[in-house]
Amino acid sequence: MVEPPMSPSRSFFASCVLIAVVVAAGAGAFAYTAGWLSPNRLTPAKLVDVLAPPGGPALGYRRNHAKGICFTGVFDSNGKGADLSVAQVFAPGSYPVVGRFNLATPSPNAADATVRVRGLGLQITTPDGGVWRSAMIDPPFFPVATPQAFYELQKASHSKDPEAMKSVVAAHPEIAAFGKWATTTPWTSSYAEDPYNGLNAFLFVDRAGVARAVRWSLRPVAEPVPIAPDELAKRGPNYLEQEITQRVAAAPQRWTMTVTVAESGDVTADPSKAWPAERRIVEVGTLVVQRIEAEADGPCREINFDPTILPKGISVSDDPFPAARSAAYARSYDRRTAEAKHYPRTSGSPKQ
Amino acid sequence: MSRQLTRFTGLQRLLHWLMAVCIVAMLFIGIGMVSTTAPRYVPLLETHKTLGAVILLLALLRLGVRLVRGAPPLPASLPPLMRLGAILSHYALYALMIAMPLIGWAMLSAGDYPIVLYGGIRLPAILPQSDTLHTLLRSAHHWLALAFFALILLHLAAALFHALVRRDGVFEAMSPLPSRRGKH
Ligand code: HEM
Ligand code: HEM
Ligand code: HEM
Repeated sequence: MVEPPMSPSRSFFASCVLIAVVVAAGAGAFAYTAGWLSPNRLTPAKLVDVLAPPGGPALGYRRNHAKGICFTGVFDSNGKGADLSVAQVFAPGSYPVVGRFNLATPSPNAADATVRVRGLGLQITTPDGGVWRSAMIDPPFFPVATPQAFYELQKASHSKDPEAMKSVVAAHPEIAAFGKWATTTPWTSSYAEDPYNGLNAFLFVDRAGVARAVRWSLRPVAEPVPIAPDELAKRGPNYLEQEITQRVAAAPQRWTMTVTVAESGDVTADPSKAWPAERRIVEVGTLVVQRIEAEADGPCREINFDPTILPKGISVSDDPFPAARSAAYARSYDRRTAEAKHYPRTSGSPKQ
Repeated sequence: MSRQLTRFTGLQRLLHWLMAVCIVAMLFIGIGMVSTTAPRYVPLLETHKTLGAVILLLALLRLGVRLVRGAPPLPASLPPLMRLGAILSHYALYALMIAMPLIGWAMLSAGDYPIVLYGGIRLPAILPQSDTLHTLLRSAHHWLALAFFALILLHLAAALFHALVRRDGVFEAMSPLPSRRGKH
């Protein structure tokens, strides 16, 4: 090959420029991918930061649903889910469960009667090694249609500008339905009397490989007894945890797990829209809560109830929430484990 | 070995370039997925874990091949400081391509996450749940990844410097193309 007639110094200079350009392009592509050049990207860190109350997050605690109590028990599967999904959890049998009753608040000290939404974190493990984690809440649909809207809603709810909330509600009219649920649905005085809904749509894959969009729920076997929030307030700020501890100590508490199967045309990508009531609902088994343990020393604190942790036979659908939640819960978990020294570990020590 | 090698063996070059593509992809997937809340987060993380496990296997294989087959000597004309830089950076690259997947695996174990790869393949936990270890490993995974990327840029710059400026055969030793001069 004939060398181009270039003076060595020019070729040296050109080569160095070329090398610098290649390195700069590599670094630039990395920075772009990392989001360092895109301040508007909805990152997991932003989704988590926006949950913090005005005084800052409670160090060492979950960034949302911070107040909670652990339980253990079993999921008794009746086998009826096995036609919908090959997951071993739907084969008849009894599978160990770790879970957490919780309140949808970033403050671990919030008084029970100040928190409208209650939740349940659930992990079911099966002998084949499958792990199914889910985090469910008591409203029958989610307040907003997209993770971006959730971010805007949270931001507005902490904003001092009275117009902020109005403009979010105007931009996301689905919030109104949630407002109606929140103001008209009776409260109960027990975690055992509430339903817990997965709300997000997932895919169940059956033996033939057919995937169906589903949503799941836990329906309480205990009869709900309505109570006014100010009545609940009178029973003390931590009544729910005392009540569930005594109640489960007296007898195991049960929920029926139901799976609602979507039909073609049902919106699966929007948890703010409930599916029509006449959809097929399959009762797949019973959650039996057998033992309550304080969070500080219980088995649920260390678990991230990430809704994308699914066994074979269940997978994510086109619902954008599970992915956004997974990314955000991981960030929350990273932070709270890094702050573990701030968390009061011994049982009986007051939460602070 | 009777004959002085002037190039890495075909297997070594194949592994080098295959792994170069995989590792650069891993760094981009990793830094991209931790900045997104979009639906692709789920498949990206699954790909990240799977490719990471593949890289660990390839890296161990590559280390074995390296110990058996050795490497061509660096050119005698190389100034001592550059020689030292080359040797140390190659040690660091080997260390990182083995450590990064192990740290990723260990950090998920310490976070009590099930480790499920593509196709439902499950890796066992290699550590018990621990807040302290999870925190340590999680930040190690982040900072070592950034150091890894910086080192790769430096390595790339050095390789191009050898190829374009020094033209001393160092690039040809690892070149993905068959030898042009026909002797090696
Ligand atoms: C993009 C929307 C959402 C964001 C950003 C978000 C954020 C969070 C965060 C950061 C945590 C704490 C996680 C941890 O540290 O382990 C959490 C917990 C929880 N979330 Fe969400 N969440 C979202 C949507 C939902 C939805 C749709 C549901 C219900 C269907 C839900 C139910 C729960 C429950 C029950 C917990 C407590 C689980 C436990 O006991 O650990 N969240 N959420
Ligand atoms: C991106 C473009 C890359 C180029 C142009 C490149 C080029 C080269 C060249 C020319 C050598 C031979 C050095 C010698 O003769 O000793 C080499 C060696 C090496 N490269 Fe790369 N490389 C690249 C990416 C990577 C990546 C991503 C890694 C990841 C770990 C890597 C790891 C190594 C290692 C460990 C050696 C030393 C091999 C040994 O001594 O066994 N390279 N590379
Ligand atoms: C060559 C190997 C690997 C490289 C270069 C790599 C690189 C990265 C990078 C750059 C990040 C983003 C770090 C941050 O900014 O916080 C990351 C995150 C992560 N990596 Fe890796 N990784 C490797 C192997 C693995 C393996 C084998 C696993 C697990 C089996 C793993 C699991 C993870 C997880 C879980 C995250 C964080 C995801 C999140 O919190 O959203 N990595 N990795």
